[in-house]
Amino acid sequence: MSGSDTSGRQETAAPAIELQGISKAFGPVQANKDISIRVMPGTIHGIIGENGAGKSTLMSILYGFYKADKGEIFIAGKKTDIPDSQAAIAAGIGMVFQHFKLVENFTVLENIILGAEDGGLLTPSLAKARKTLLELEHEYGLNVDPDAVIEELGVGMQQRVEILKALYRQADILILDEPTGVLTPAEADQLFRILDRLREEGKTIILITHKLREIMEATDTVSVMRRGEMTATVKTKDTSPAELAELMVGRKVLLRVDKKPAVPGDVVLDIKDLHVVDDKGVERLKGIDLQVRAGEIVGIAGVAGNGQSELLEVLGGYADATGEIRVNGQPLDLSGKHSDGRSRRARGIAHVPEDRQREGLIMDFSAWENTAFGYHRDQDYQSGVLLNNAAIRADTEAKMERFDVRPPNPGLAAKNFSGGNQQKIVLAREIERNPDLLLVGQPTRGVDIGAIEFIHQQIVALRDKGKAVLLVSVELEEILALADRVAVMFDGHIMGERMSAETDEKELGLLMAGVGN
Amino acid sequence: MEVMPKWAEVTLVPLISLLLAAILSALVILAIGEDPIAAVNLMVTGALGSTYGWGYTLYYATNFLFTGLAVSVAFHAGLFNIGGEGQAMLGGLGVALACLLIPWPHWTLALLGAAGAAALFGAAWAAIPAFLQAKRGSHIVITTIMFNFIGAAVLNYVLVNLMRPAGSMDPATARFPETTHLPTLHDILAPIGINFSKSAPANVTFLIALLACVLVWFLLWRTWLGYEIRSYGKSEPAAKYGGISPTAITMIAMLISGGLAGLMAINNVMGEAERLVLNAVEGAGFIGIAVALMGRSHPFGVLLAAILFGFLYQGGAELALWTSIPRELIVVIQALVILFTGALDNMVRMPLERLFLMMRRRNA
Repeated sequence: MSGSDTSGRQETAAPAIELQGISKAFGPVQANKDISIRVMPGTIHGIIGENGAGKSTLMSILYGFYKADKGEIFIAGKKTDIPDSQAAIAAGIGMVFQHFKLVENFTVLENIILGAEDGGLLTPSLAKARKTLLELEHEYGLNVDPDAVIEELGVGMQQRVEILKALYRQADILILDEPTGVLTPAEADQLFRILDRLREEGKTIILITHKLREIMEATDTVSVMRRGEMTATVKTKDTSPAELAELMVGRKVLLRVDKKPAVPGDVVLDIKDLHVVDDKGVERLKGIDLQVRAGEIVGIAGVAGNGQSELLEVLGGYADATGEIRVNGQPLDLSGKHSDGRSRRARGIAHVPEDRQREGLIMDFSAWENTAFGYHRDQDYQSGVLLNNAAIRADTEAKMERFDVRPPNPGLAAKNFSGGNQQKIVLAREIERNPDLLLVGQPTRGVDIGAIEFIHQQIVALRDKGKAVLLVSVELEEILALADRVAVMFDGHIMGERMSAETDEKELGLLMAGVGN
Repeated sequence: MEVMPKWAEVTLVPLISLLLAAILSALVILAIGEDPIAAVNLMVTGALGSTYGWGYTLYYATNFLFTGLAVSVAFHAGLFNIGGEGQAMLGGLGVALACLLIPWPHWTLALLGAAGAAALFGAAWAAIPAFLQAKRGSHIVITTIMFNFIGAAVLNYVLVNLMRPAGSMDPATARFPETTHLPTLHDILAPIGINFSKSAPANVTFLIALLACVLVWFLLWRTWLGYEIRSYGKSEPAAKYGGISPTAITMIAMLISGGLAGLMAINNVMGEAERLVLNAVEGAGFIGIAVALMGRSHPFGVLLAAILFGFLYQGGAELALWTSIPRELIVVIQALVILFTGALDNMVRMPLERLFLMMRRRNA
């Protein structure tokens, strides 16, 4: 996509942003180490790296949230100090955060002017802002109704509001932090078209992501970060996903999952007409029918918030539901006394929850305390009313070795492990119980590429042992790579099922957007 | 990795906080024209310079130990039990009923019976706010505070209308019978040749409080129940995922907490007053919050903090008695200690963490 006609201009103009020797440490952790980068005006510059590689820190320095320990920032050739976000805005930098910073019950227009009102009276500044906003929308083809209330807009639209907010503040440089995390593939394509248009209008865009595909599709230049250092900056058209992955991780990685065809056996999980109504009275699951057989991985695809979490919660035993769920032919209690995590585990259901830091682990507890979690009343972890701490510790040590958890220190608090190692602790706990049914939510969210490979292998190995696996992930690539069969959820319904060998991202993307067959 | 070594965390932070509180207190004493060094001298000799002083210091410490442990247990479950005051009051009612209604043959049996009644009444008084929290989501801070007032009113009614001996002008129960009188530290230590002050109120309950410390530690860090309590306190979503019932843990933790607060009554009601009077708790329920905060909700920390506050109470009383420093100022000093050790913890912690980081980097 890199326009060859613009490259001539790039060589002569001053870079829109130039960072020289930026370093930043948090305590003993060196988040950014001597980073230099030049971003040319009118280009889309990708920054890719694993979680914890230092991308967000670097952008926070650029946006004035952190102060660099060392190094200089040049904006359009001029040395600029950015002590706070006001300074960043004044320098023409706009930021679109991963989690939107919008007031939900305000209108689009009210959100746009929030913090940029002129004068003490609201009405004249709203009128003035409306005019500017409509001009901006027209100029960049970003159509949003100025009077729509944010909470009634879809995620894609909310993101447009964030972009408009930056443009309204006359940003020439837009930083987008993992912008596609919450979008359907179709919405992501739309976003990239918008970014193209912005680039044509002369804006400079920095795109932070960990998705190789997006880098390849959308950017002109890409910088790779690893462990706080900038390992390479290359022209996108001169590189390949495999090369970028290697630069990110520092070794060759397998980008696809090596697995044999599934040999499905008996039905392990049988869900019929499952309904869930949440605390606010909103129906989250609207009649789900789904089967998972022994020896197969069924993936649930869908944009976050379409009922996947609720499905996992019901199966995991901490949300009430109506309908019928059978595991190995026996019905599960869906409401009342015996629908809790303990009785689910007793029925051979293990659960790797979507949010390991909130649910799967207790971050202040040590690794060994976490290894017992959920199974702490099992015979082998107990002696009378006491916990058998020695047995749990020994078991944790063994599990840490088998799952290659680093550092292999059972006494270390969960919060001190990296995302990938935290996930390995949860996975070891759940998989090694040898469950009949494994529920896995977002198994590789926030996990580095090196660990992703290992985690996928473990899930496939469990399948090959003849166990049933229900996988929920918002990463379509992961679903397609791992699952044998894919069910797509939209708005509490299952829109359709496909064999993963016989479908592609485009077809699934349509189902995810609610376009039925 | 941890920013600060464990030893610094548990010793340096509270010590520096205390030092700051002491310096500020000294300035306040200077400001009203008294001599701070003489004041400290008086406090130390008054509270720790004699077995009489120690007897009072340990007596107060025993009260604070029970209420401090009570707050700590609830705190580990993520519940802020401010109702120690009310629970201890009701514990007193339990002790009074047990001592007056049952003809105990010996003080050991009376102690067991009264302790049971104290814990039961305290736990019952905590049970209602706990139930409201667990089932209705009424915030435990609000309800336990309200139950302190209700408890005071209940006790007032019971003492004035039901338990006051006929003809007495005093809203208090009759004296407990001789067989329920607990041995003081003087009685306990005399056989082994230590001559402990006869008139100091510290009694056998102090040993029971120490035992309670050990048991609470055991409960929290060695049993699966304690594990569930701590899990729930750290993360409710994780507890639900792990199959731990929020309702059950809220109830259990609050019952234990209320029971511990109630147990305080065997010290002040049975051990010291030997009858139930109005306002027997004297704010120990609230001091328990400070003690738990300062002790980081760890039984050993609570023990040290309870003794410190016992010292401040007794030393403060001596100050009020022998100098022209007014009683109110002693409350100011106690408040400063609470302020620095509890509320301003981060003020000391952050610079210390930075210091340790710098040292580590220089060594690296």
